[in-house]
Amino acid sequence: MKLTLNIWRQKTPSDAGHMERHELSDVSPDMSFLEMLDVLNEHLQVEGKDPVAFDHDCREGICGMCSLVINGTAHGPMKATTTCQLHMRSFKDGDTVDIEPFRAKAFPVVKDLTVDRSSFDRINEAGGFVSVNTGGAPDANALPIGKVEADKAMDAAACIGCGACVAACPNASAMLFVSAKIGHLAHLPQGQPERARRALNLVSTMDAEGFGNCRNYYECEAVCPKEIPIDFIAEMNRDWRSSVLKGGS
Amino acid sequence: MELNSGIPGGPLADKWDKHRFEMKLVNPANKRKFSVIMVGSGLAGGSAAATLAELGYDVHCFCFQDSPRRAHSIAAQGGINSAKNYQNDGDSVHRLFYDTVKGGDFRSREANVYRLAQVSTNIIDQCAAQGVPFAREYGGQLANRSFGGAQVSRTFYARGQTGQQLLLGCYNALSRQIGLGNVKMHTRSEMLDVVVVDGKARGIITRDLVSGKIERHVADAVVLGTGGYSNVFYLSTNAKGCNVTAAWRAHKRGAGFANPCYTQIHPTCIPVAGDHQSKLTLMSESLRNDGRVWVPKESGDKRAPHDIPESDRDYYLERKYPSFGNLAPRDIASRSAKEACDNGLGVGPGGRGVFLDFRDAIQRVGDEAISQRYGNLFDMYQRITDENPYKVPMRIYPAPHYSMGGLWVDYNLMSTVPGLHVIGEANFSDHGANRLGASALMQGLADGYFVLPYTIGHYFATHKPEPVSTDHPEFKRVEAEVHERIKRLTSASGKRTPDSFHRELGRLMWNNVGMARTEASCKEALEKIPQIREEFWRDVKVVGGHSEMNMALEQAGRVADFLEFAETMAHDALTRDESCGGHFREEHQSPDGEAKRNDDDFCHATVWEHRGEGEAPKEHREQLDFENVQLATRSYK
Ligand SMILES: Cc1cc2nc3c(=O)[nH]c(=O)nc-3n(C[C@H](O)[C@H](O)[C@H](O)COP(=O)(O)OP(=O)(O)OC[C@H]3O[C@@H](n4cnc5c(N)ncnc54)[C@H](O)[C@@H]3O)c2cc1C
Ligand code: FES
Repeated sequence: MKLTLNIWRQKTPSDAGHMERHELSDVSPDMSFLEMLDVLNEHLQVEGKDPVAFDHDCREGICGMCSLVINGTAHGPMKATTTCQLHMRSFKDGDTVDIEPFRAKAFPVVKDLTVDRSSFDRINEAGGFVSVNTGGAPDANALPIGKVEADKAMDAAACIGCGACVAACPNASAMLFVSAKIGHLAHLPQGQPERARRALNLVSTMDAEGFGNCRNYYECEAVCPKEIPIDFIAEMNRDWRSSVLKGGS
Repeated sequence: MELNSGIPGGPLADKWDKHRFEMKLVNPANKRKFSVIMVGSGLAGGSAAATLAELGYDVHCFCFQDSPRRAHSIAAQGGINSAKNYQNDGDSVHRLFYDTVKGGDFRSREANVYRLAQVSTNIIDQCAAQGVPFAREYGGQLANRSFGGAQVSRTFYARGQTGQQLLLGCYNALSRQIGLGNVKMHTRSEMLDVVVVDGKARGIITRDLVSGKIERHVADAVVLGTGGYSNVFYLSTNAKGCNVTAAWRAHKRGAGFANPCYTQIHPTCIPVAGDHQSKLTLMSESLRNDGRVWVPKESGDKRAPHDIPESDRDYYLERKYPSFGNLAPRDIASRSAKEACDNGLGVGPGGRGVFLDFRDAIQRVGDEAISQRYGNLFDMYQRITDENPYKVPMRIYPAPHYSMGGLWVDYNLMSTVPGLHVIGEANFSDHGANRLGASALMQGLADGYFVLPYTIGHYFATHKPEPVSTDHPEFKRVEAEVHERIKRLTSASGKRTPDSFHRELGRLMWNNVGMARTEASCKEALEKIPQIREEFWRDVKVVGGHSEMNMALEQAGRVADFLEFAETMAHDALTRDESCGGHFREEHQSPDGEAKRNDDDFCHATVWEHRGEGEAPKEHREQLDFENVQLATRSYK
């Protein structure tokens, strides 16, 4: 296949950045999207040009490292699929493909397609955990948890923290990510003692990091590679409101 | 180089308890005066960093990803073993211990494996307390599944995401300590060397992967939890960033490297589709419960799989191992697939694949039931290959997956360099020559949560490290060496990319030191590796500078280290003149093709000492004494 690629190039965070055009002719439909970029980078390097920087690691759709906006959609055209799991057979010979980074005020570009998502880590540090030290935990079966609730917790915990939800949202809101974090522990007995505090602290850190508000566009749910349902946002809002009412903030 | 394993005396079951009592303690108020550098934030590094910080130590944690949560541990699918005996099916600490020693083909250290089995039960309790969403039964109890090499059901899991859920558990614990200011986290930061002062590991040199800045970090002890080296084969199931750099640089500073030739080749991975391939994807071992493995009887059979009648198919695992059939252990299933393909019977592009066929299972239980069991795996397979496994058999082929070898450590998880500890996949200790499924997650968390936090205190209490600053001449010297190496890479003016050398090395290692090795193939590798290395330094091209984000430079550095490490690996494979576990020397097999161990001459760990580039490493041995199990031949017929 032959493709025309329009790729975002930006040397440093302060650089203005621009789209750069490349023609690629040796693309096989069996390649993954990132392997296609590998081929481009191989050509660029042989020509002595700076390869395109992009984040990736597992290439199995689980580490959350890959983060491209492809033809305007975070992670590209295939539902429930990360960029690294997208294959070139989703494109046609002669297609033009626009490739941009996950954009948000809270995700500044580091270089080209690489962005800084450390704001997610800081949100988690504000309380996305159960405060329990290593050692002395009771027998795991001493605390039975019904399968239905445990499955619900798992649905939320499936989030890979890629940030596609933020990139897709017109307001760059991180509500889906944060609500998945909160939802995971809110559905488990272990998460109850700190439930109210957790909701308050995570939400206020999210705001402080510069993420926007949720205006119910539902774009986040549509691009989420792990199909985290938007219901978790409603649950989070309930938790947050009730802890504010209890005088937590 | 002295190898003192430091295994405590006394009966096997009492050793760890006794040792914990005998180790010296650090007074709680004094703990904050001791600093620890933790390289790695995977299950091993993340759990250790969090636990050490909880205890009061001053911890600095490093990883090369943009977040500690993205360590390669996240990719584990299947599960984690623990001797909980929740199923009441006869499991016990002793049984898990025995299965692991036997699975490792009697090439691991008894006392370590026993301790691993003992603490395995604490791990599940700890993870549950953190809120890890393990699979549950309707009654609320934890669910288990079965894995290879065991006759009991002891594997805990969280959908197909056990690795991510366990890692999020320790990432959360780590986040809490970062938030409290007890851990300073350094992301996008790559360790490039260890600094040894007065014979003790006292720090590391890192490169900030965003700014390119080279930095010195000092501490009272250094811990490596930097993962495995399967990417020496280029194509493996490991994440792209997995590398041997940290372990190799530590090795060059005096840490012995044990059994580098022990690598695990997983039998069920999606085959290579073309030259563009950048990594291989694992298909869970559990598929072999219902899938039947076969190849056509005639080489060059061009018919579509479902047009090949029963009489023209060879279900070779069922034929060769009637009692285990398609569930033969990993090493055996992998070698049989290779043999079939070597005989020209392979299927798919390049003839490197065998069928894993669900036709009979689907006829028996229906599409629906199969989808319930394996739906997400079938979807992933279809996404990658564009073939529908409900309609046509899957094609699979073995791929490098895990490294049992690693830096040598004593019972306290300390390497041959005092103060340098090694945990998780990066060390060598617990899996011998072959790892059982669901045991790597267990070992990483055992080391990080329940072993290192005790043993490192003993090190501090007995060695009392003197204050050292980053201005010490040794820091300056090592930093200068790191600079020099980077300069050599960025100023190379060749024509080939680092990736092209990595692929070339990978092909050589796979063909010559892969699933099956011979004296001749190892010798050939030993001849060719230095040639590729020379070619690398002559003809590599690294675009861009060092004081900026430069992924080509990162890769070049890792490839350069693989090019050195590969030689030691080939040495080890040549020296171990027997077959055991994942190390199959074709010269040593029974008439029907099974691995033949040589306990008289090779019941030891081989530990290599670095003697300089281009020089053959020096061999040392740790004899493995089996006092509690009888060395037996593994048979799966
Ligand atoms: C696809 C797949 C599936 C698996 N499934 C299972 C399973 O079901 N059950 C099981 O028990 N095991 C499984 N394994 C094996 C298991 O996942 C790993 O062995 C284990 O997670 C390794 O953990 P670790 O903490 O030792 O290393 P890793 O998780 O690899 O972590 C390494 C850490 O070190 C850091 N690092 C490395 N080098 C440097 C450097 N130079 N400078 C700074 N930081 C560095 C990395 O950033 C990372 O944080 C699987 C493996 C694969 C590949
Ligand atoms: S590279 Fe890990 S999710 Fe895409």
